[in-house]
Amino acid sequence: MTKSPEDEHPQKVFGWAARDSSGILSPFTFSRRGNGDDDVTVKVLFCGVCHTDLHAVRNEWGFTNYPVVPGHEIVGVVSNIGKNVKKFKVGDRVGAGVIVGSCRKCESCRQDLENYCPRMIFTYNALDHDGTKTYGGYSDMIIVDQHFVVRIPDNMPLDAGAPLLCAGITVYSPMKYYGMTEPGKHLGVAGLGGLGHVAVKIGKAFGLKVTVISASPKKESEAIDRLGADAFLVTTDPAKLKAAMGTMDYIIDTISAVHPLAPLLGLLKMSGKLVTVGLPEKPLELPIFPLVLGRKLVGGSDIGGMKETQEMLDFCAKHNIVADIELIRMDYINTAMERLSKSDVRYRFVIDVANSLSRY
Amino acid sequence: MATNGKSPEQGHPKKAFGWAARDTSGVLSPFKFSRRATGETDVTFKVLYCGICHSDLHMAKNEWGFSIYPLVPGHEIVGVVTEVGSKVQRFKVGDKVGVGCLVGSCHSCDNCANDLENYCSKTILTYGAKDRDGTITYGGYSDIMVADEHFVLRIPENLPLDAGAPLLCAGITVYSPLKYYGLDKPGMHVGVVGLGGLGHMAVKFAKAMGVNVTVISTSPNKKKEAIEHLGADSFLVSRDQDQMQAAIGTLDGIIDTVSAQHPLLPLISLLKPHGKLVTVGAPEKPLELPVFPLLLGRKLIGGSNIGGLKETQEMLDFAAKHNIKADIEVIPMDYVNTAMERLLKADVRYRFVIDIGNTMNSSA
Repeated sequence: MTKSPEDEHPQKVFGWAARDSSGILSPFTFSRRGNGDDDVTVKVLFCGVCHTDLHAVRNEWGFTNYPVVPGHEIVGVVSNIGKNVKKFKVGDRVGAGVIVGSCRKCESCRQDLENYCPRMIFTYNALDHDGTKTYGGYSDMIIVDQHFVVRIPDNMPLDAGAPLLCAGITVYSPMKYYGMTEPGKHLGVAGLGGLGHVAVKIGKAFGLKVTVISASPKKESEAIDRLGADAFLVTTDPAKLKAAMGTMDYIIDTISAVHPLAPLLGLLKMSGKLVTVGLPEKPLELPIFPLVLGRKLVGGSDIGGMKETQEMLDFCAKHNIVADIELIRMDYINTAMERLSKSDVRYRFVIDVANSLSRY
Repeated sequence: MATNGKSPEQGHPKKAFGWAARDTSGVLSPFKFSRRATGETDVTFKVLYCGICHSDLHMAKNEWGFSIYPLVPGHEIVGVVTEVGSKVQRFKVGDKVGVGCLVGSCHSCDNCANDLENYCSKTILTYGAKDRDGTITYGGYSDIMVADEHFVLRIPENLPLDAGAPLLCAGITVYSPLKYYGLDKPGMHVGVVGLGGLGHMAVKFAKAMGVNVTVISTSPNKKKEAIEHLGADSFLVSRDQDQMQAAIGTLDGIIDTVSAQHPLLPLISLLKPHGKLVTVGAPEKPLELPVFPLLLGRKLIGGSNIGGLKETQEMLDFAAKHNIKADIEVIPMDYVNTAMERLLKADVRYRFVIDIGNTMNSSA
């Protein structure tokens, strides 16, 4: 007989979980392993709400294993370390992101690309090395192998820094990999949500000219006045779209709904690069002629490795980049999820876990 | 009709003779026309051979919708220089030269400045395009060519003219992306989809670069050729589920030469993480792009279109050094319509080349 979540492991943990595809979260008592030699125990202070959390609680991708405790933008303080842990000490401000394990031996792992390891372990809704389920950061503490823990730079606020652990690395990594960082070049950011708003900030920090590409005209003044974008292109305006054809060196496409790629490809210059980091449910239509005639490419990217995640945090700290957040209490989470499904947030909800997650 | 108002025969001072398609039937027949006088930066050459590219077939039948009739196709043109303009530095009479897909570009944009004339928005195609003087360009199914020096290539000494001709389009079309997408490193494992004019060239170039090559094809009967004759290391029948399954995640890159509609997902699955699918064939309708596999493996799909002039010369020199030439079937000019029919059925190993020098007979 398999043990209940509460009895599986020695340490009692409290969090909120979704129990079925309604996606409604509610209090959930479970347990975590004892702090192993390579482990770091983190008292969770804040956890960002990623759109992936919403997909997961509603089983929109079809592989949710209920009950699910989401949350992979986790920040807090170290409360315990194993005897092999040298990088961190109790009291350090740290974070954990989308993955908590990998095989550590394959080519990807050896190249600091744990995120492409075929056996990577997601922070929640996955099976850990011991075969038990992983639970995420909507909880009061988490135990993570030191390799998968990152330091939050001193001058970075924990709450607004939390979303960088997924949203931040998700846009930073492809910008580096696909060579989208040459100062003076023109970056288009398609979609202005959690990923998009961070992409604008990071793009500006790289010295790029940034145009936000969006279907919502009302986001224009935000994009320019608050986020620092240089221009705003409304995709529903055919004249403006036409005028912008062939003007962008790079595009980061953060749109998670199914959408046409042809107009975005048209915005690229010759040899331009479109990177898609959103995860639409269905395949997209890809016209091949524009790729061939313009030597354009469409590439994907998925978060980043641990080394690069730390590099990204340090880069953001240096450039004073944090997410724009709406801090919420744990018991607001279901309303937040509803609002998130309508993109009604500027631009990430962050749960004030330590101050609002109480057992009863 | 040449758009300087004059007939094709009278539009220019030099008499020229070729074969042209006159309508969407695509049937070619003898055609008298004319070419410009040799300008100060021009090179005039007697055409000896011209390769038949599948584009010639598309254009002859106006399948892409922008053909201008009468259309003289041919953009894999080789011959011997007969005259050079006063400012020509790189060529002299008697030199073996070639012209590929382009005869002009703007020379002032970023792309031109970076030797990427092929991505200039004002390229002038070798045939069926409007030249600077407003007249229509005519291609290499003809007895002479006049082209600006910048767009003329030197055929290296040890490269045979007939089997070298297809390099000018097919060769550069696969060489350029192998380099640009970094699929040219010894020890890499690259797949080539489709074994035709482009595909067979891709196998040869990749092998010469030290790359391990797998040919991916729907036709099992091409296996022997691919391995024994072209030197591919392995052969994958794309309709064989078991073979495809076994090859999942094994390729650093794929050069996809297929222009028919075909599914991308099986090809994307063959790629290792960070793998690159390069498409040089251009299906008319959009293909379905599954996004999850692209993201989860950080894979990309990119296109490529011929190459700039500098790179085309580099490709020719590389081919000469490594003894790479096309596998061809030399035909007389008047076989061209039959050749087009056979090309439509992919019945050629792997490029027809017209023996212009010996069989292009202008009427008296």
